[in-house]
Amino acid sequence: MTGAMPAVNTERTAESRMRRFPIWRILFGLLMAAGLYATYLRIVGGLGAVTNLNDSFPWGIWIGFDILCGVGLAAGGFTLVAVVQIFNIQKYRPILRPAILTAFLGYVLVILALMFDLGRPDRIWHALIMWNPHSVMFEVAWCVMLYTTVLALEFSPVVFEKFGWEKPIRIVHAISVPLIILGVILSTLHQSSLGSLYLIVPTKLHALWYTPMLPIFFFISAITVGLAMTIFESYHSAKAFGKALEWDLVNGLARILAVALSVLLVFRFMDLAGRGVLHLAMENTLEAWLFGLEVVLMLLPALLLYRSHVRRNVRAMYLCALMAVFGFIANRLNVSITGIEAGSGTSYIPKWTEVAVTLAIIALGFAIFRLAAQHLPVFAEHDAHGE
Amino acid sequence: MAFALLFDSTHCIGCRACEEGCAGKWNHPYDETIAAEDHLSAHKLTAVQTFQAGGEERYNRRLCMHCEEPTCVSACPVTALEKTAEGPVVYHESRCIGCRYCMQACPFQVPSYEWHKRLPRIKKCDLCIERQTAGQKTACTEACPADATLSGTREEMIAEAKRRIAENPDGYYPHIYGLTEVGGTSVFFLSAVPFEQLGMNTGLPHEALPPLTWRALSAVPGVAAVGSVLLGGIYWITHRREEVAAAEGKEKGR
Repeated sequence: MTGAMPAVNTERTAESRMRRFPIWRILFGLLMAAGLYATYLRIVGGLGAVTNLNDSFPWGIWIGFDILCGVGLAAGGFTLVAVVQIFNIQKYRPILRPAILTAFLGYVLVILALMFDLGRPDRIWHALIMWNPHSVMFEVAWCVMLYTTVLALEFSPVVFEKFGWEKPIRIVHAISVPLIILGVILSTLHQSSLGSLYLIVPTKLHALWYTPMLPIFFFISAITVGLAMTIFESYHSAKAFGKALEWDLVNGLARILAVALSVLLVFRFMDLAGRGVLHLAMENTLEAWLFGLEVVLMLLPALLLYRSHVRRNVRAMYLCALMAVFGFIANRLNVSITGIEAGSGTSYIPKWTEVAVTLAIIALGFAIFRLAAQHLPVFAEHDAHGE
Repeated sequence: MAFALLFDSTHCIGCRACEEGCAGKWNHPYDETIAAEDHLSAHKLTAVQTFQAGGEERYNRRLCMHCEEPTCVSACPVTALEKTAEGPVVYHESRCIGCRYCMQACPFQVPSYEWHKRLPRIKKCDLCIERQTAGQKTACTEACPADATLSGTREEMIAEAKRRIAENPDGYYPHIYGLTEVGGTSVFFLSAVPFEQLGMNTGLPHEALPPLTWRALSAVPGVAAVGSVLLGGIYWITHRREEVAAAEGKEKGR
């Protein structure tokens, strides 16, 4: 089945790339122009000029989407590192590097987004020396700094290989075991701490989402989106670079995704029932509908992926992964924005400049990934230093 | 001894002298337009609000509650907010990175942000700590012509609130708002009507909020330690087979 794909794919990709390239370039140019103009307005006029935030609603999509979803979508990195390097399941090694690249880029872009959102980005280093161990934000800051460093080191051999620098490769290789363990621990802490951030708003966040389990749910859902994003990426990389998509590999990821989604959903409904708020999901409120949307976007791919004929079709698996990604995004936006509006006594719709910056950052991410994939041995079949 | 403030809405005449006194202390502008704003903001650290309740017009004041165990202080990653020994919660602007987690965390939605400044700060009431340590009343207390705002020690304010309720039980709703809300505050409210009719959040827990995040944070060292050992162990077990194979290969080679 997979054997016939490469040749066909290569032709079609080369052709479609020729045709699609100008459109993507124009779109990219437009998004960057709008983003740069919004950046100018942000610097000159402050957050008030470019956001619809106010004293009652201090966090918008730059936190809810750029940071919460950005970090989550980077979760493929630690998931794959754990699977390949710690559990030693070598089948997934070919997609390890793209996953680490995505995670690294994701974190760099999260930090970029943070520069827009922080009132005093010039003081971001304060977290290094002014410690408050009682603040979840303090934990988040340290996790971002340390894990970005770890990801840079984990990705660095790809760059060193490109330039043939043997010595740095050996150094990174020598510390690789503690590095991968540290990376998995840091991202576990970081993913869950983003949920812990909201433990402090019991009176603001709607009861469908506010639970002491938030950090654990954020962690499990990060694993689901990590797997889903890896399927998403593998599919697109295969198309873009005219390579065969390993059906067996995606099939394996899809099975784990179905199980992870099921575990998440069972835990969440047990938690709702345990807190006696299950009935809130059945009421005709905006929150209940948004909760429903979120659940459907996780339940549907889980149920579909359990069916073997769905898993025989790469495109079907890709669509299921896409649904799981959207389910994840819906969850993060519900926790950070829609679930908090009523409790804050306000409503929030992002200003165009907030959207422009967000889209520009996403576009930048796609562009850099593409450049890196074209010029660095990201999709190299072999790993010169495979453990 | 900790400073505190008592606001008795049954005495308030809605003159807004407290707002003006507060603006004077902070060198904030104050005119009719600003007086008409009924919410806290970066240029209005206390605000008088008007409600129709119990058949008449009633007034309430908003300002920082100076919690006994402040949520904002626990939330701030860079210790820009501090619970002083004197009671007031104060802000050190030179530390602040502008993450606004204090605003998100505050159960009373008090901290304000300078949204339109290029180098923005958080703004909130500091209970005139510098005036009180110098033996003066807060600016708002000094300005109040109606005995509606009083300042003094926490014990004095609680005793005064209890005395007022005891002397006129029919005139007061039998609750001192702030005594137990989120573990207790340093700003207390008296009212003739239930507090939700004055726009106060009466659904707040009576326990402090910081332990909610501390419970998760205190698990971090354990997760890191157990996790590292577990992952290291799994690595060792899963890679053992290869080592054995490699060793066997070497032996055969010899």
